[in-house]
Amino acid sequence: MSGWRDVDPAEITPEHVYRNRRAFMRGIGALAVGAGGAALSACGPMPGDGTGEMSPVWPAAEGDVPQETPNTLEQITTYNNYYEFSTDKEAPARLARGFKTEPWTVTVGGMVSKPATFAMEELLQRFPQEERTYRLRCVEGWSMVIPWLGFPLRQLLEQVEPTSQAKFVRFEAVKRPEEMPGQKSPFYAWPYVEGLRLDEAMNDLALLVTGLYGKPLPAQNGAPLRLALPWKYGFKSIKGIVKIDLVDKQPTSLWMAAAPNEYGFYANVNPDVPHPRWSQSTERRIGEVRRRRTLPFNGYAQQVADLYKGLDLRQNY
Amino acid sequence: MPVQRLATAPQPVPLGRETLPARRGQWARALTHLASLVPLALLIWDGAQGQLTVNPIQEITQRTGKTALALLVLSLACTPANRVLGLRVALLLRRPLGLYAFLYASLHLLTFFVLDYGLDVELIWGAVAEKRYVLAGLGAFVLLVPLALTSTRGWMRRLGRRWKPLHRLVYLAASLAVLHYVWLVKADIREPLLYGAAVAVLLGLRLPPVRRALASLRLALSAS
Ligand code: HEM
Repeated sequence: MSGWRDVDPAEITPEHVYRNRRAFMRGIGALAVGAGGAALSACGPMPGDGTGEMSPVWPAAEGDVPQETPNTLEQITTYNNYYEFSTDKEAPARLARGFKTEPWTVTVGGMVSKPATFAMEELLQRFPQEERTYRLRCVEGWSMVIPWLGFPLRQLLEQVEPTSQAKFVRFEAVKRPEEMPGQKSPFYAWPYVEGLRLDEAMNDLALLVTGLYGKPLPAQNGAPLRLALPWKYGFKSIKGIVKIDLVDKQPTSLWMAAAPNEYGFYANVNPDVPHPRWSQSTERRIGEVRRRRTLPFNGYAQQVADLYKGLDLRQNY
Repeated sequence: MPVQRLATAPQPVPLGRETLPARRGQWARALTHLASLVPLALLIWDGAQGQLTVNPIQEITQRTGKTALALLVLSLACTPANRVLGLRVALLLRRPLGLYAFLYASLHLLTFFVLDYGLDVELIWGAVAEKRYVLAGLGAFVLLVPLALTSTRGWMRRLGRRWKPLHRLVYLAASLAVLHYVWLVKADIREPLLYGAAVAVLLGLRLPPVRRALASLRLALSAS
């Protein structure tokens, strides 16, 4: 896996190349062990910056494949909210350069029948990696379209067999202040913690991400393992995951602890619930000048709205 | 009575070139103009190079806002710099610094309303309604407008005694700008508080008891 972090912007995979490579991606697990990273970045022609072409957004409903233009690798990897490194969006790309993502293990436990600790290599081998292009909407009012690589969270959870008491999933991120200068900030209760209701976590959209643009995930994007929850504001998609626990009580996320009146547990993208600072009714897609209207559940209502039936989403923001 | 007040009140007319070594004043002013224009030049340069992050509008908003506040704080520092440190030349810099602060605040506002929201009234309303940080920013800006307009010698003369109390509105403007900043960051309010502390100290130095204490201290120091 050496060379995972050194993604050369000149090597961005054009969409048609990586789309054709999907079958190939399924084998990435095996490849990613050892020199897989290098093998991946060496394959296929890598011209241009990968812009312009449309890409189907996952999931593709019959006869209606929503098309979006993914953001460029440069946009995705130079504009990061990763407060463990810095609150400055351009700083994580620089500060995360020396961040060690191997060895890396993820401990899955709590209310499960088969608690286990997985090495990253094991996760990549055991679960086929899928390419999924998702919209990402940040609570700050900007958005991107990102071709992730990963596997459904549900598959991992099924592996450890949650018990009947388990109602929520609690995620905990890595805490290494010596490598992550932002963790010296006393304003946040590190490590980063996030949570989902178990049924949300089992939803098909909830993706454990290991890669981006057909390549291993860059450190500033949350390597080696992060979540992508496209119907929720970006901060729910925790980066650098080391621990996953099944629990019976609603976990308190880092943001809920920092500003409970601003960040709720659900944090579903909702243009009708304003935030004290940012307009949530519109967003700027990175790379565009005019604002777009923000869609309920970030356009994924069809997939997730059922989860929240009977729940007052204004109260449960 | 009014005549007497006039005679003892500090003169709003600038301590001009007559009382200072002309050269020094001119240099300081030229340097101030140059330094105040550097952030704008950098903004244009970085913009031309495409180096305003992948979200340039936000970057422009943040840079112009930060520069406006920094210049406002510097302009507030001029009077105490003279009074406490005896730096008379600072008085010559107060007006240009204030005006540049206004320039950047205007660019900041224009960025928000024109670049960011394309002057779409409905969108703007949705974005600013009930947002306390916008109200504070707007308050700061509205206060700065009459100050910029009446900053000329002509207006100083015309307003006479009333010029000074009018321009004390800058204290409120700076405080509101700090509040705007405090309300707009997420949880880490260290940087806004740093600006807040600077404004608090600079306003504190203007309190009559503090001024008297400092004046007697200076007297004692120069006597010994
Ligand atoms: C109607 C008036 C104003 C509006 C709508 C406004 C709006 C904004 C917005 C949208 C941001 C950026 C938020 C972000 O994306 O991080 C911002 C930041 C800022 N503004 Fe304003 N502003 C106004 C007036 C002012 C004035 C008059 C000043 C100073 C004299 C000022 C100083 C600042 C500062 C210091 C920042 C923080 C920059 C940073 O994060 O580095 N603003 N303002």
